[in-house]
This record gives sequence, structure tokens and C-alpha cells, in this order.
Amino acid sequence: MKRLINISVDNKPYSVEEGQPIMQALDSLGFHIPRLCYHPKLSIEGACRVCIVEVEGIDNYVTSCIYPVTEGMKIRTNTHQIRRARRDIVELMLDNHPEDCHICEREGNCELQRLANSVGIRKRHFEGEKKSYEKDFSSSSIIRDPNKCLLCGRCVRLCREIQGVAAIDYTHRGFHSVVMTAYDIPLRDSVCTACGQCINVCPTAALVEKSYTQELFEELSHEKKLKVVQFAPAVRATIGEAFGLEPGRDLEKELVAALRRLGFDVVFDTQFGADLTIMEESAELLERLTNGGVLPMITSCSSAWVKYLEQFYPEIIPHVSTCKSPMGMLGAIIKAYYAKKRGVKPEDILSVAVMPCTAKKSEAEREELKVNGTRTVDIVVTTREIAWMIKSAGIDLLNIKGEEFDHPLGFSSGAATVFGVTGGVMEAALRTAYEVYVGETLVDIEFSDLRGFEGIREASVEMGDKDVRVAVAHGLGNAHNLLEIVKKDPLRYQFIEIMACAGGCIGGGGQPYAGSNYISLDEKLLAKRANVLYGLDRGKTIRRSHENPDIQRLYKEFLGRPVGPLSHKLLHTHYKEKFPRGVILRERPREGVRE
Amino acid sequence: MSDTTTKDKKEEFVEYLKDKTNKGLGQSALMPALHKAQEAFGYISKEAVEEISCHLNIPSAYVWGVATFYHYFSLKPRGKYIISACLGTACYVRGGKRILTKIKEELEIEMGETTEDKMFTLEAKFCLGCCGLSPVMMINEKVYGELTTAKVSQILKELKEDGKSAD
Repeated sequence: MKRLINISVDNKPYSVEEGQPIMQALDSLGFHIPRLCYHPKLSIEGACRVCIVEVEGIDNYVTSCIYPVTEGMKIRTNTHQIRRARRDIVELMLDNHPEDCHICEREGNCELQRLANSVGIRKRHFEGEKKSYEKDFSSSSIIRDPNKCLLCGRCVRLCREIQGVAAIDYTHRGFHSVVMTAYDIPLRDSVCTACGQCINVCPTAALVEKSYTQELFEELSHEKKLKVVQFAPAVRATIGEAFGLEPGRDLEKELVAALRRLGFDVVFDTQFGADLTIMEESAELLERLTNGGVLPMITSCSSAWVKYLEQFYPEIIPHVSTCKSPMGMLGAIIKAYYAKKRGVKPEDILSVAVMPCTAKKSEAEREELKVNGTRTVDIVVTTREIAWMIKSAGIDLLNIKGEEFDHPLGFSSGAATVFGVTGGVMEAALRTAYEVYVGETLVDIEFSDLRGFEGIREASVEMGDKDVRVAVAHGLGNAHNLLEIVKKDPLRYQFIEIMACAGGCIGGGGQPYAGSNYISLDEKLLAKRANVLYGLDRGKTIRRSHENPDIQRLYKEFLGRPVGPLSHKLLHTHYKEKFPRGVILRERPREGVRE
Repeated sequence: MSDTTTKDKKEEFVEYLKDKTNKGLGQSALMPALHKAQEAFGYISKEAVEEISCHLNIPSAYVWGVATFYHYFSLKPRGKYIISACLGTACYVRGGKRILTKIKEELEIEMGETTEDKMFTLEAKFCLGCCGLSPVMMINEKVYGELTTAKVSQILKELKEDGKSAD
């Protein structure tokens, strides 16, 4: 334990650990200083100056996020002067910010609004020039609106430190400072992976997902189309948060019912797609393991990871599984198999996916994922968007009577449920690969080594004559770290899972905003969401993908065998090097959610 | 400027960056590299940023951020002759504004712009440090003092002819 020192806060004596910034010391004493650019998972920038306090003997106000406490320090947090200074700082930000809160995408869930309220701005004193920039609508996933940017730099630090992507940075200076891509090229043409993590740390609506809610409402009113929807495991674990519930509530059945009321004819589960992914991916793994294929094999479910791969690590493309994502697989099965079974033309089906993810919007557009020239997922909306649609349509999600998914693509195993958490795909794949290869039942199917939120986790599984070593990374910065380990020691692992977002899909870029009681990227929030999915897995009698009877029927009736010719056509894809090439930072990014 | 010299300059610039990399320099070599690029190409081109980014292993968005931060770096191609018209106090009171207007008229460009033939770039400076000669302008490294509008016409006319014959 660190040495304790004596300080005084607002004329009262306290003892705190030495060496920490004033803000942390005050947090531990129950004083929550207003803050903006500070984020506990990012480096400290001291850019916004909102967190200033008075320290006796220092002429200027000090930024508490960065200034260390010292023995005998006399701090004042709430004097009239400091409150006025803080208020002025925030007021100057407001002055250069659009006054359109009532039509803003943040729907009142805005840190700037909360901050303005907490520092007590009731009247505006300053009126000056406002910046004016074009919005960037180029990306299919993310909209960038520099007019709403406060230059706190959280997105810049996140993109570089947590994701190792560095697609955006501060440019120009003074009043003309703006966060942009290199040369201000459209986000679509930059190294941005569309992960959307920047949206989750943005205090305002300077970064938001590209919304498809209006298009979807319009499509839902087409009477002739068969409207089919699927939603990802992580969506059921978090949608309650968008309705004011504490994190950690499962609303799977309620969401099924709400989607039907919204106008969907058929509600399928992306988890069925996840079971299918496991059948294909574990077969691919076993094939690579036994026939001397390229190892380690790396998972391909996370769309932002795939884009990162193509722009940052194209040389390892042969390592990545050719499996489409669960969304992509289910989309293909809906249009190729279900359409025929139901007797409708694929083009008369509206295939919609509700995802915790912004990158899935870009994934759905990929040419190589089309089947017979048509998209298999027509519209992707995020958890946030569907929550808004449900509210907007006046559907009472919290008090609705739960309903079941439709057959035959709605039943899933527990393995598919844990897909939504980092390590889950690995766990699910091992449950099936083990039993298919060894031919015996795996007794302990919960891989505790693979759970938790360490940046990189590894485990070793004895599969008959083979000792399979596996690793899991979440957050692209951790993925980078893991890939650098693999570069140095290529034989260290046989199977790797990579998720682009911290925590996996439960921490995705399309998930509900953390709100005022939680912090994005924080393990406390992620654990509550993860426990929903682990709980659902435990509550199921079928917990292995290959035991899912509907999966077995699909192979019998339609697909034949995993990695067979029809699977290849419908369920597998390929990747290619894309430009601009990203710069792999030599100084390794921070360890993501690892402390 | 012919194609071969541009190519040579590019190769030389890449060699310069490789040398920095070999010496184990990364981010610390960024500012010198930007200066080198401006010196070689007259401005910070997108290609130069890409080369710096990939050789020194710095994300291009960051390089772009630094290049845009300093007004010293020009982000657009500049002319063969950089005209720095002085608008410092001494030059101003002795007709600096009139001189500037004359240059604009002669070259048909505004402040900060470059002529279409890439011959002249017009920039304003606030005191060039030779107030005794005011009003003054600098063209590249050479100072022209005690200017009149007639003198400006004459100087520009000569440079236009020089520039043409040099090509």
C-alpha cells in the first residue's frame, strides 16, 4: 500500500494515498469534481479544464485530473470563484455549440447538457462566432459532425490508445481546431474500422451512428414484403438500459414481442446464425488442425476486426476463418433457404438485423457477402436505434408480455448466447470442436480462463492426442498486441478469437450510452451485461451448437455437411488487402480494459 | 520543373526518411521531416505525409495534425516565386497596402493564392525588418525596397520573363 499523506479539502483534514492526481484523491473522499475530457480508460490530456480546483500557494487554478496531490496540500473545490471559473469554461463551450438539443440524436442523454446543468449555467453571457463545418456522411456506420465537437479528444485517444487505429486526430489550431481524418478525407476512405467506440466515449453527438430508422419505418409499411428480423445476443442483454433499467436485465422475449408489434412478420435469432457459425468454424478448425492448414486460425465474426485486418495486417489474411459472421450466415440462410421453404422470392423479403454494432452496417454492404447478386441483410440498426423505434412507435417494452422466436431459425444453444461476450466464440467453438474431434462429452463446458476482461487471455485444451492452445483478445489494441506475440512466436497458438470492441459485442459501438451512473469501457458495466448472457447459457438444456436440433435439420434438409459445397457458397467469404494501409504503431497501445 | 527532377527529389526525400528510420528515430524526426518536405516540394503534399507516416511509423492523421498546426507549413503547392508583401507598420504608413493591391492586380490572385502557371505565390508578412527601405517586399530571398507601383510592375514583368525562359 502506498504511503498516506495529509491534505485539506474545503478546510477539512483528510488522508489520502500519495502520488495520485488530485481528482482521484478527491473521488476516493467522495468529492466528484465536474469533468469532461477525462476518461478513466484513456491517457490524461488535461484539455478541457473543467475539473479545475484551487490549491493554496498556486496562483492559477489547477486541473485536478493531472495534478498530483502532495503532503499538506490545501485544496478548495467549491468556492464562489472556482465555481464561476468552471461555469465560464463550460459556458464558452456551449457558446460554440449548436443550440439544437431538442432535435439532437443524443435524446437528452448528453454529457454536455449534464455538465452545463451541474455547473449551474442558467443564463448565457457570451455570444460569439460559431464554427461551421460540413458533416461527414460518407461512412455507412458513423456520422461525424465537427460542429458538435468540444475538442475533448476522447475519440482521438480511444482510437489510438484502445484501438490502435488512429484514424482521427486534432488538426489546425486555436478557434480553427477540428478533429478529422488525415487530409480530411471522408471517414469511409480512411483507416476507420467503423467499430463505433468513439461514439460511446463522445460526450455529445459529434460522433453518432448512421441511422437507418426512417428507412426501416418506411420499409415496414410495405405490405407486400415479408419482413424478417434477427437480433444479436448482446442486444437482449443491454436494450433495457435504453429504457432506464439498471444494466444486467435480459429482455429477449420482450424484444421479440416488441419487434412483432413494430411490424415484423418473422423474428429469428442471430444466435441461430451463431450456432451455424460454430458448426462451420469448428469444422474449419479441425480441418486445419488435421490437414496441416494455416494456423493459428483466427475468428472472423467481428466486422470491425475484419476491416482492421484488411488495412493493418493483410499479410495474415490466410489465418482468418473464411466463415461469415453469424448475422451474415443467418441472412444468407433467410434468403436462400427460408425464402424457398416459405414460398417467397428472396427479393420479396426485407431482411433486417438489430446489432450492438456500427460496423455491421458496413459489413452488410460488402459485395462479397451478396448471394446471387443480392444483399442478404438489407438494413442494420443498432441497439440504440431499435430502442428509439420501439419508443417512437409507442410500444411499452418493459411491460409487454414476452413471446418466443419463430421457427425454424429461432432456436439456439447456450453456446450461441455467449457469442456476445469476449471469449464466447472461442468457448462455443471449443465445446463443439472437442466433442466432434474426441467423440466424448466435454464435462466442464465453462472455460473460466477465457472469461473476464483481461486484454489478452489464453488457455490450453487437451483434445485427445492434441493439445490445443488458444488465445482471446478484445479491443483492437489488444488484438494488435496479440498479433505481435504471434508474429514472434507463430507456433504458440492454434486458435485465436478477436473482438474489436472492449468486452466483445456487449461493449459494441451501437450499444446504449452508459448514462450518468456508468462509464463506457468500464468493467463494472461490461460484467453486468456479460452476466446476462452467461446466465442465459446456464439456463439452457442445450448448450452446444451441434446439439441444436434445428441446426441438425438444416444440415440434413439443405446444407449437407459443414464446409460442404453449399456452405462454401452461402456461409463463407474471403478478404482482401484494402487501402489506405494503416500504420501499426511501434509503441504498443495501452492494454485496453486491462488496468 | 521537369519530371526527372521531381522524381529525384522524391527519391531523395524517401532516402532521407529511411536514414532517420535506420537511426531508430520515429516521432522525434517528424518536424525535421516536414521541414525537409516543404523545402523539397515547396509544400506539404499528401504524398509527402504518406511517406513520412509509413517510414517513421506515425499515423497519417497525426502527421496531418502537426502539418496543419503550424502556419509555416503550406498545404497547397506554391509558386516558383514566393512574394512576401510587407504590411508592417512602417511599410503600411508608406503605402504598403497600395503595393499589395498592385501585386494582386498584376498577378490576378488574392492573398495566400498561387497563380495558375505556378509562377507566383502571394503572402503577407508583418515586418521584414528593413523598415528603412519601406515599403518593401521580398521575393524568395531577395528584398526589394522603396517600392512604387511602377517598380512593382517592372519587377514582376522581369520575373515573368525570367521564369518563362528558365523553363
